[in-house]
Amino acid sequence: MSDVLPAGWEMVIGLEVHVELATKTKLFCGCANAFGDEPNTNICPTCLGLPGSLPVPNAQAVDYAMQLGRALNCTVSPSIFARKNYFYPDMPKDFQTTQYEEPTNEEGFVVLPDGTSIGVERAHIEEDTGKSTHLGGGGRIHDATATLVDYNRAGVPLVEIVSHPVMHSAEVARAYVAELRDILLATGVSDARMEEGSMRVDANVSVRPVGSTELRTRCEVKNINSLRSLGRAINYEARRHVDLWTNGDEPKQETRHWDEDGGRSTPGRSKEDADDYRYFACPDLPPLVPTQADIDAIDAAMPGLPAARRATLAEAAGVNVADTTLTVERGLDRLVVAVIGAGADAGAAMKHADQNLSDGQGELSVESFAALIAMEADGSLSSTQVKTVLAELVANGGSPADIASLMGFEAMDTSELESLLDSIIADSPEEWARFVEGDRKVQGFFVGKIMKATQGKADGKVVNQLMTQKAEG
Amino acid sequence: MTNAFDLAAAVRSGEQSAANALAASYAAIAARDDEINAFLHLTKARAQAQAAAVDHKVAGGEDPGPLAGVPIALKDNMCTRGEPTTCSSKILEGWRPPYDATVIGRLEAAGATIVGKTNLDEFAMGSSTENSAYGPTRNPHDTSRVPGGSSGGSAAAVAANYVPLSLGSDTGGSIRQPAALCGVVGVKPTYGAVSRYGLIAFASSLDQIGPFATNVTDAALCLDVISGHDPMDATSIPVPLTPTMPTLNDGVAGMRIGIVDELMGEGIDDDVIARTNEAAQALVAAGATVERVSIPATIYGLAAYYLIAPAEASSNLARFDGVRYGQRVEGQNVAAMNVATRTAGFGDEVKRRIMLGTYALSSGYYDAYYGKAQRVRTLISNEFQAAYKNFDLLLSPTSPSTAFEIGAKSDPMALYMCDVCTIPSNLAGHPSMSVPFGVGDDGLPIGVQVLAPMLDEAKMFRAAKVLEDAASTTPEASA
Amino acid sequence: MSGEISSDEVAHVASLARLRVADEELDTFTEQLCAVLETAAALNSLELDEVPPMAQPYPLANVVRPDVIVPGLDRDEVLSQAPQAEDGRFKVPPALGEAP
Repeated sequence: MSDVLPAGWEMVIGLEVHVELATKTKLFCGCANAFGDEPNTNICPTCLGLPGSLPVPNAQAVDYAMQLGRALNCTVSPSIFARKNYFYPDMPKDFQTTQYEEPTNEEGFVVLPDGTSIGVERAHIEEDTGKSTHLGGGGRIHDATATLVDYNRAGVPLVEIVSHPVMHSAEVARAYVAELRDILLATGVSDARMEEGSMRVDANVSVRPVGSTELRTRCEVKNINSLRSLGRAINYEARRHVDLWTNGDEPKQETRHWDEDGGRSTPGRSKEDADDYRYFACPDLPPLVPTQADIDAIDAAMPGLPAARRATLAEAAGVNVADTTLTVERGLDRLVVAVIGAGADAGAAMKHADQNLSDGQGELSVESFAALIAMEADGSLSSTQVKTVLAELVANGGSPADIASLMGFEAMDTSELESLLDSIIADSPEEWARFVEGDRKVQGFFVGKIMKATQGKADGKVVNQLMTQKAEG
Repeated sequence: MTNAFDLAAAVRSGEQSAANALAASYAAIAARDDEINAFLHLTKARAQAQAAAVDHKVAGGEDPGPLAGVPIALKDNMCTRGEPTTCSSKILEGWRPPYDATVIGRLEAAGATIVGKTNLDEFAMGSSTENSAYGPTRNPHDTSRVPGGSSGGSAAAVAANYVPLSLGSDTGGSIRQPAALCGVVGVKPTYGAVSRYGLIAFASSLDQIGPFATNVTDAALCLDVISGHDPMDATSIPVPLTPTMPTLNDGVAGMRIGIVDELMGEGIDDDVIARTNEAAQALVAAGATVERVSIPATIYGLAAYYLIAPAEASSNLARFDGVRYGQRVEGQNVAAMNVATRTAGFGDEVKRRIMLGTYALSSGYYDAYYGKAQRVRTLISNEFQAAYKNFDLLLSPTSPSTAFEIGAKSDPMALYMCDVCTIPSNLAGHPSMSVPFGVGDDGLPIGVQVLAPMLDEAKMFRAAKVLEDAASTTPEASA
Repeated sequence: MSGEISSDEVAHVASLARLRVADEELDTFTEQLCAVLETAAALNSLELDEVPPMAQPYPLANVVRPDVIVPGLDRDEVLSQAPQAEDGRFKVPPALGEAP
C-alpha cells in the first residue's frame, strides 16, 4: 500500500458522488423513478423537455436532499435552481437543471470508522440525464456508428456530494464511499448501489510532493462502477501523474474514462471547446426556502447514523471503534448496547452478535438476550445449548428459561451428575480403572454414556471436571 | 361578426348553434385568408367535434360554459395535441405535440371551439410577423402593411373578423403592439396570471399568454376564463385573480391616472401622442384626474430587455437540436447534426438573438450584460411600484407609430424600437393592455396603453372600458 | 463595456450555440450584434451595486408537488414524431466522447 507512489509523492483525491434519491417520481415531473423499465416508457412533456413543458419540484426529493445534507452535517440554506447549458443527446433540454451558487447543502463532513473526518464542500440537487447506448464499435463511444437514447432516467432526482480534496489514498477514498453508502442506507434517502448506478463516483486526482500544500493539475476520472474499480482507478491515475511530472511533463487537465478491463484511464472529451456552461438562475423555478422548523424536524427525525452508533457501541462495550463496524452494519448495535446496559457481559454480547446473529435480531428481545447471556455465564446452559436457544429466540421470541425447559435443557445439578457418574463408574469398573491410570482415550466412553443418560443435557466441561476430580481423588 | 359575449349567450340559449358559428368563421377565413395569411393551420376536425359537444350539451339542458360556441384562434406557439405547432419556424415543421397547453383545456371547458393556429414572428421574436418562415401576415386595414408582431396572425384574425377572440403571447409587447396596429383590444396579464404550461418558451420570466378581442368586454370574458393557478407551472400565481367582468362598467371616477412622461416624447409619432392625450381627456371627462409622471428607468428598458430576453431564449431554444422532434439535417456525428439542423432550421432573427443571449451569459460577460440587466429590471420594477403609490393606473401610447409597410424596416434595431412603450411592463411583470383609440394621420389604427399594478386587471379594464366608450363616440377616433 | 463584439467572438458564441455562421454572413451579424450591445452601454452609467438582480416578477418560494405518479406519454406517439427511432429509442448519429 505504501508503495503505490514513488517516495516523495502524495496523491490528492476529491470525490464527486452522485446519488439517486429513492423517490417514487422524478425531480420535476410525476413520471415513475424506476430502474429497468422498457425504454422511453416513463416519459412526459417535462422530462422529455418538449417545447412548452415546465418543471415543478418534487417535495419528497427536496426533503430527502435536506435529510442527506444534515446527515452529512451540512448547513442547509435557501437555494436556487440554475441552468447548466451544454449540448448532449441524453439531455432533453440541452441544459441541466442543477444548483450552482446557492445549493441546498454546504460545508459538512463525514467521519470514517477509523475516526478520520473528510470535509464535504456541498451536496446539491440536480436532475439526471437520459441514457445513451452506442451502436457498432463494440459499444465503445469512439467507434460507434449511431447512438440510441432512452429518457427513462432523464429527470431522476440526484444529489451530487462534492468532497473537499482531502483524501490521500485509495483506501481512504474507498472508506469514504463505503461510509457514505452506510449513511445513505441509514437515512433511507437512496439505495446507493454502485453496480446499479444509483450511486456514481467520479474521482478528481492530482499529485504533489509530500509536504507541499499546492494543488496541481487534476483529472476527473469517470466510469467507476465499484469500490474495487475506485481504488484501482485512483492508484493508476496517481501513478500516471507522477510519471508525467517526473519526466518533466505535466498532466493535461481533462476528463478521463476508466477502463476496468484494461486497467487504465483513457482521455475523454477534449476540453478545447472548454465548456462555458453559462449558468443562470432558472426562471421557471422559484427558490426553495427551508425554515428553521423544517430543519429542526429533519434533525429530530434523523435515525442513528453509523459514526455515532459505532462510537456509542465502542464506549459501551469497551472496544475500539474499528471493532464495532460489523455489529453496526448488521444493525445490532442498539441491542448490544441495551443488553450491556442490562448487566450482560459485553464480550459475550459482542461475540454472539458477530457469530450467531448474522441474520439479524429477529424476535430476540433485550431482556431475553440478557437472561440468556447470564445463563451461559453461570453454566446453566452449555455453549451448544445457548446457540440453539438463541436461534429459537430470534425465530420466535420467548424467554430462554421457558425454551430451555421445553427443550429439556434443564440446568443439571452437579451433584446429580456426580451420582450419575458414580453409577456409570460402578457399572464399568474396568474402563474406569484404565481412566484412572491415565488412559484418556476412554474418556469419551464415559462422556458418551452420560450424554446418553441425560439426553445431551449434561455440560461436557462439567463432566470432564468431575471425572478428573474423581480420578485424582 | 357577433362579439363573443353575445354569441356565447345565443349559443347557450339555443338561438345559435356552435356548429353554425364555427362554419361562419371558416367561411370568413376561406374568403380572405389567402391574402391576409393570418392562419398557418386550421384545426377543423377538432373544432367541429367540440362544437358538436357544445350543441349536444345545450340540447340536454346543460350549461356549456361562458364561451359556449365561440370560435377562437391560437398563436402557433401554443401546443395543441395532435395538431401542427410550428412557432412559424422550419425547425418545427411537421411537429404535432403529444399534449395540450393548459389554456386550451380552459377554453374548451368553457365551450370555446379552437379554429386554428395563427402566424407569428418565428419563436415570437419580432414586431412585425415578417420573421415567419411561412410568409408575413398582412394588416387587414391595409394589406401592404404589417399587422405588428410577434402575434400578428392572432391580431389580424380578430381584426379581419374571422373570430371574435384569439390568444397571443406577449414577451416585450407581442400582444399589445399588434393590437394597436390592427385596431383591436390586446391584453398582457400580470406575470403568472395565465399558465405558461404548453406555451413554447421564448423568455420564461417575461412571457405571458393573453387575449385579442374586438372589444373590452370580450377581452375581459376571455381573460377570466384563461387565468388562474396551474400546478403544472411553478411560476403560476397561487392566489385567485379578481375577475374583471363584474366591475367592468364601474368607471374611473376618483381614479388618479399618470401619463408616463418618458414615453410621450422623442421617438413617438405626433399623431400617436395626440391620440394618447385625447385618451387622457376622455378619462378626465369620466371623472379621473390625469397628470404627467416621470418613470426615468423606462428609458433603460429596451437595453435591459435585449439582454435578458435573448439570454433566456438562447437557453430555451437549445432543445431544438434535431434529436427528438422537428426537422433534422444529418451529420457525421451528433454535434455536426445539431449544427446543420439549427443552422438550416432557424431564421436570421432567431440566430441573432441566440448568439446575443449566449454572449450575454458567457463567462466573463455575465456581470456586465445579463447580471447588470437583471439589476436594471429591479430598478424599473421599483420605480413602477413607487409610481403606483400615487397613481391607480398609468397611461401611455402602445406603439410609437401606426402600421408600417411590409419590408420597410429591415434593420433589426429599428424593429426593436417598436417595443419601447410595451417592454417596461414585461420587465416589471405588471399587467397592461392596448385599447383602440382613434386613427393616425394616415387613417390607420392607433392604440393607447393602460398599465396597472400587479393583479389589478379589474381596475385596468374599467379604464379600458371608459376609453372604448369614448372612442366610439368621438368622430376622429372611429376607425 | 464598450459594447463591441468582434467577429471572432461571434463565431465563438455561434459554435457554443451549435450554429454555423457562413463567412459572408459573419460581418453582418457582427455589426448587428454590436448595435444592440451599444444600447446596452447605456446601462453603464447606472449605479447598480446596491440594486439586487430581479429573478422573478411575482416572488414565490417553495413551490413543490407531491411525490405521486402521474400517467405520462405514450411511447409510440412520442417516437412517431422523432426524426429517427430504433428499438424504442431515439436514434442519432454517434455522440463523440462522454458528456461533461
